[in-house]
Amino acid sequence: MIRAEYEVAGRAYDCAGEVSSDIKRKLKQLGIDAGTLRRVAVSSYEMEMNIIIHTLGGLIGLTVDSEWITLYSKDKGPGIPDVNLAMREGFSTAGEDARSMGFGAGMGLPNMKRNADTFYISSQMGTGTQITVTFRVIEGER
Amino acid sequence: MSSRFHSVRLIEDKCRGCTNCLKHCPTEAIRIYDRRAHIIDERCIDCGECIRICDYHAKVAQTDTLEDIRRFPYPIALPAPTLYGQFRHISDIAVIYDALIQIGFKEVADVARGADVVTMAIRRALKDPKRARPLISSACPTVTRIIQARFPALIPNIINIRQPMEIAAQIARRDYVKAHGVKPEDIGIFFITPCAAKMTSVRNPIGHASSSVDGAISIMEIYGHVQPLVSKILPIGRKPEFSPLGIGWAGSGGELDAAASRNSIAVDGIDNVIRVLEELDNNTITDLDYFEGSACQGGCVGGPLNYENNYLARNTIRAIQDTMPQALPEQLAENVDLGQDSLYFDQDILPNDAMKLHESIAGAIERMEEMNRIIDSLPGYDCGSCGSPTCLSFAEDIVRGNFSETDCVYILRDSLKVMAQKMVDISKTKRE
Repeated sequence: MIRAEYEVAGRAYDCAGEVSSDIKRKLKQLGIDAGTLRRVAVSSYEMEMNIIIHTLGGLIGLTVDSEWITLYSKDKGPGIPDVNLAMREGFSTAGEDARSMGFGAGMGLPNMKRNADTFYISSQMGTGTQITVTFRVIEGER
Repeated sequence: MSSRFHSVRLIEDKCRGCTNCLKHCPTEAIRIYDRRAHIIDERCIDCGECIRICDYHAKVAQTDTLEDIRRFPYPIALPAPTLYGQFRHISDIAVIYDALIQIGFKEVADVARGADVVTMAIRRALKDPKRARPLISSACPTVTRIIQARFPALIPNIINIRQPMEIAAQIARRDYVKAHGVKPEDIGIFFITPCAAKMTSVRNPIGHASSSVDGAISIMEIYGHVQPLVSKILPIGRKPEFSPLGIGWAGSGGELDAAASRNSIAVDGIDNVIRVLEELDNNTITDLDYFEGSACQGGCVGGPLNYENNYLARNTIRAIQDTMPQALPEQLAENVDLGQDSLYFDQDILPNDAMKLHESIAGAIERMEEMNRIIDSLPGYDCGSCGSPTCLSFAEDIVRGNFSETDCVYILRDSLKVMAQKMVDISKTKRE
């Protein structure tokens, strides 16, 4: 099984996209099909930006075996007061600085859920948020 | 022709086995061993970065030569608009046309004419709401190949229109047959190219089975033949059959100026192109209509096979645009009858799987696990001394069976230390 973990610092806008980039490279080397690659990339980028924009930092993990790709994130942050509300499209708590850079449209979490085969989120106020998304590996037709 | 043809070649005698090209290749397609560079054919996208960076001129583009036009009774020159930017203070293209006839071509046709036709096709595509957004230009073959290799999810966004050079060649051949009553196969159409990638497109088109162009000669070679002539030719005047916007395609942003000026971006330089494609691939740019990418800085005027620097070439082209008749693509392209020829792709663009570690995913996972183990033992300096561009790519080369761990000078040194210590220990042992 492939395992990789990446630390992501809060406010690290200068590193934005680097984790997703590395994950994409790995999945290409493994021969994952373009469609799945795209869905994983969208989710890993959302995770990365969520940590950068909203938290004091955290980590993103990737595991791959021949059946499943799993992405998870754990952050140290304020937590999400109402997860159901955050799952609604258009809802965002992003600050002005993030919005001015084009983030905070409130599409992040719903987008992630839509792209993944399974989606799990839990959040504790004042502690942080954990998200796990999985994708089924498709072998053959590329 | 083999699907692995690519134009960039190494002249072995000139290569010193340094690491300059190794570190600049955007697809990690170069390795150094046996004291010289080697190109991994499956990975090379013919961007020409190594041609530009090599101090010893050991990297070249394999193109046709002026001699090759003799293979055809009726050779036609098809200059990229970039050619016109090579001659300072020449603002009448007719002079360059005459010079091309003097060096042996029977006729000169212009890629800008194809650009006008493609311009109109792009405008039509942009009106179709069912098309993917942003549409990605297919004009720079290196950008298409980068997408095949690194961003396969963006393949559906590549616009399915052939390059201006293809359309211009179709028009030129038909016009010449009509005017002179010769057999189409006796006509040889030679693109005058600013880059290696277009040469590869002639041999190995993307999106269609065969090219309408018969060969490609570098602008650098043509420049050497034409430059001595241009100052001696008096312009006779010839009404261009293309628009100023058509020749504007030579520079980055020229395609947008002609076809898609609103809500579109033109990105030039291979690193910039990769950076923006990366964002498109992450789905972070969702409201853009058109993406024009040029692997070379400044667009085709920055191609590695040009003589003039891209800034002055651009300036010269602007002067030509200002002095030529101010027609619009829509006025000129509507007279073009494409007949049986095709403006569009008739084959799918496929992803390039050269990065894959193994045929099966399970096999690739095994190899990556091995890679991860190796990476932990590497110094992480990315020095290139082993012959691979980074420690990461070195680990990959080891699991592919192309390198061994002691090719790393640091690992070798540590192994020697251990060995030396063992020798000392052995030398101290006494006979029992």
